[in-house]
Amino acid sequence: MFSLITFLHRAIMQGIPLLFGSTGEIMTEKSGNLNLGIPGVMYIGGMSGVIGAFLYENSLSSPSDAVGFLAVMIPLLCCALGSLLAGLIYCFLTVTLRANQNVTGLALTTFGTGFGNFFGGSLIKLTGADVPSVALTTTSNFFRTTLPGAETTGWFGKLFLSYGFLAYAAVIIAIICSYFLNHTRHGLNLRAVGENPATADAAGINVNRAKYLSTCIGSVIAGFGGLYYVMDYANGVWSNDGFGDRGWLAIALVIFAIWRPNLSILGSIVFGGLYIVYLYVPGALRTQELYKMIPYVVTIVVLILVSVRDKKENQGPASLGLSYFREDR
Amino acid sequence: MGAPFALELKGITKTFGSTIANKDVDLQVKNGEILSILGENGSGKTTLMNMVSGIYFPDSGEIYVDGKEVVIKSPKDAFDLKIGMIHQHFKLVDVFNAVQNIVLGVNDGKKYNLKEAEKRVKAICDKYGFVIDFSKKIYEMSVSEKQTVEIIKVLYRGADILILDEPTAVLTPQETEKLFDVLRKMREDNKSIIIITHKLHEVLEISDRVTILRKGMYVGTVETKDATEQSLTEMMMGEKVSLNIKRTEPKNPELRIDVKNLSVKNHEGKLVLDNVNFTANSGEILGIAGISGCGQKELLESIAGLQQTVKGSSILYKSKDGEESQLVGKSPKEIRKLGVALSFVPEDRLGMGLVGNMDIVDNMMLRSYKGGHTAFLERKAPKDLANTIIKDLEVVTPSAETPVRRLSGGNVQKVLVGREIASNPTVLMVAYPVRGLDVNSSYLIYDLLNKQKEHGTSVIFVGEDLDVLIELCDRIMVMNSGKITGIVDGRTAKKDEIGILMTKNTDREGKA
Repeated sequence: MFSLITFLHRAIMQGIPLLFGSTGEIMTEKSGNLNLGIPGVMYIGGMSGVIGAFLYENSLSSPSDAVGFLAVMIPLLCCALGSLLAGLIYCFLTVTLRANQNVTGLALTTFGTGFGNFFGGSLIKLTGADVPSVALTTTSNFFRTTLPGAETTGWFGKLFLSYGFLAYAAVIIAIICSYFLNHTRHGLNLRAVGENPATADAAGINVNRAKYLSTCIGSVIAGFGGLYYVMDYANGVWSNDGFGDRGWLAIALVIFAIWRPNLSILGSIVFGGLYIVYLYVPGALRTQELYKMIPYVVTIVVLILVSVRDKKENQGPASLGLSYFREDR
Repeated sequence: MGAPFALELKGITKTFGSTIANKDVDLQVKNGEILSILGENGSGKTTLMNMVSGIYFPDSGEIYVDGKEVVIKSPKDAFDLKIGMIHQHFKLVDVFNAVQNIVLGVNDGKKYNLKEAEKRVKAICDKYGFVIDFSKKIYEMSVSEKQTVEIIKVLYRGADILILDEPTAVLTPQETEKLFDVLRKMREDNKSIIIITHKLHEVLEISDRVTILRKGMYVGTVETKDATEQSLTEMMMGEKVSLNIKRTEPKNPELRIDVKNLSVKNHEGKLVLDNVNFTANSGEILGIAGISGCGQKELLESIAGLQQTVKGSSILYKSKDGEESQLVGKSPKEIRKLGVALSFVPEDRLGMGLVGNMDIVDNMMLRSYKGGHTAFLERKAPKDLANTIIKDLEVVTPSAETPVRRLSGGNVQKVLVGREIASNPTVLMVAYPVRGLDVNSSYLIYDLLNKQKEHGTSVIFVGEDLDVLIELCDRIMVMNSGKITGIVDGRTAKKDEIGILMTKNTDREGKA
């Protein structure tokens, strides 16, 4: 049975982690740092949150003792801390030591995925469960609390009110970032750093600080995507490799949204929809893997379109992927 | 002692690794004066000024502003001291418009408001007579417009000391005149202006005093009114140099290249070369004048086979034995084999022709590696060639194994031009071979071109300095928006006449 409302609802659920990831990556890339470590950062963020929630839940004598505030704040803070550290590692290597950004990013992704699966495996061992996953139902329930009226207002509630708070946070953060980049002095400075760091430097902007700040903040935002996935989308169940290729999809979404966080909101829903469209195809053609390719194909099409039109405003930051050294000649 | 100097440097020293860029340099600028800094390439002029503007930090020495010792650690410190620098390679963000670039990095404590900023920029424009289009993005602007934005940017920050690094290198004579008017207005406004330039006549025209550097060392400062081109050159080089370009009569010129109906479209489908017709002869230097972007690059590239030409274009090459061959449709390699060499020095110098991360020997090899007889690279010959060029053209480099990227701009050019000449071409095309070069190196290159001419090579020379074009070339072809607006005789040509041909608006004429 195809219902448009259900489809959209699921597309949005699917899209939120991508939105977090791409907003974070856009902020990062605007400083000229091409952080290909975002998939890893999202793993680390998700896992850090899971560890926090796991410790908190285990410290309770019974699930009913859980205080909503703590149950939400502990994983959030752990997640932020974890992804912040990952962002710092990336910055230290690429900004301070001027290591190659691509290599560093890919290494961070490999590391982050391993980090998630290693601690995931450890937690699974600790619980002694016979299924290969950790379930944090109590925490997840708090994360999945929807807005009042979600059940009673029919299609409207289903489409707009039936998400956990992180989903709304994702949209709000994207809007804030968009405003920040285009309408504030610091946003202008940050974009200058990504476009032409030597110019920004000569204009008196601290290039390294801008790179550190935006990359670390971007990492934290992206990390929330990992947390949202586990706590909300997956109902608090961590299973190794469950997050899949969503991190790469988030990076693809950056290009799809031509480096604009506000377009990314729309793009995330499109990508989310494309990601699950296979569920709506009749039996024989239902090959998930084939349909999962669609977002990437769309990204390539967007890349081609953007390149053909050759409008500089729609390209990525000009010095993306290059490290900056003032006295370089 | 009277009023303190606006800016005073004492004993500034700066080294990069083992290279000494500045050693014990002194310099003084008064309020309301224009000071020129003169020196050969690699004499450390830009490095010195970069230390004043906070890009580099001196190893030792003191900087005084208005008589007080200051420490300039970053460009921000320089702005706070009201020092602003206009760099040779503009520091502008391409995708921003003028106002965004101007307010970049400024934090005046006021609310971020681009409309307000635009008003203030307009006020500055009115004061000094600048004209800019606020709706244009930087990448849509001409070089002269970009420079205007740079100057306004510095003034917007309230700079009292302005440093201009080779500001006229990319301007037409008319634009240069306009710039000088602006600078004079600023001088009346009691601002101090430091201008780095290679062009001696400009030094004499605009500045009050001249400070001369040689090999990173301070040579001296003279009042401009007491100086002549000859005396300045001698101070700069430390020896007497002849400043005349000798121009011999072409010896039995033969037709080498005959261009007919040559048109080229850019990727947007606009005609960048529009029905160009001309000939180039052996034993003569054909100059091409025109503002940058008027089609000279496309013209040279078409001859070298690097451009797709519009159907109907014809470039005939006639060899020494009278054999004719059509160059259109041939590959760059085939054309090169015929003896047509192109040495193009782009604005960023390394863009075409040389690979920055490779050393001089490897860059020589880029031309010759295909000619080897074994599977292994032949390193001996290119190494000899590299050493010859280093010796003959006085390339300043630690060794032939130094990556080209590390050399100063002028030295990079010498390597590039030297290599092309070494291939013993029958047609030699050079574009901006002296761009940013000092007097001595420039004359060395002119000499090289003249020698090629005497050898019977057909030399096509794209230059920016009209004085030089007039002195060096036998014929000068003037281009404007992809069209040839005139071919004049180098011996009788007048600068104004060429300037007008360069800027004549061909579009409007066509429509009217």
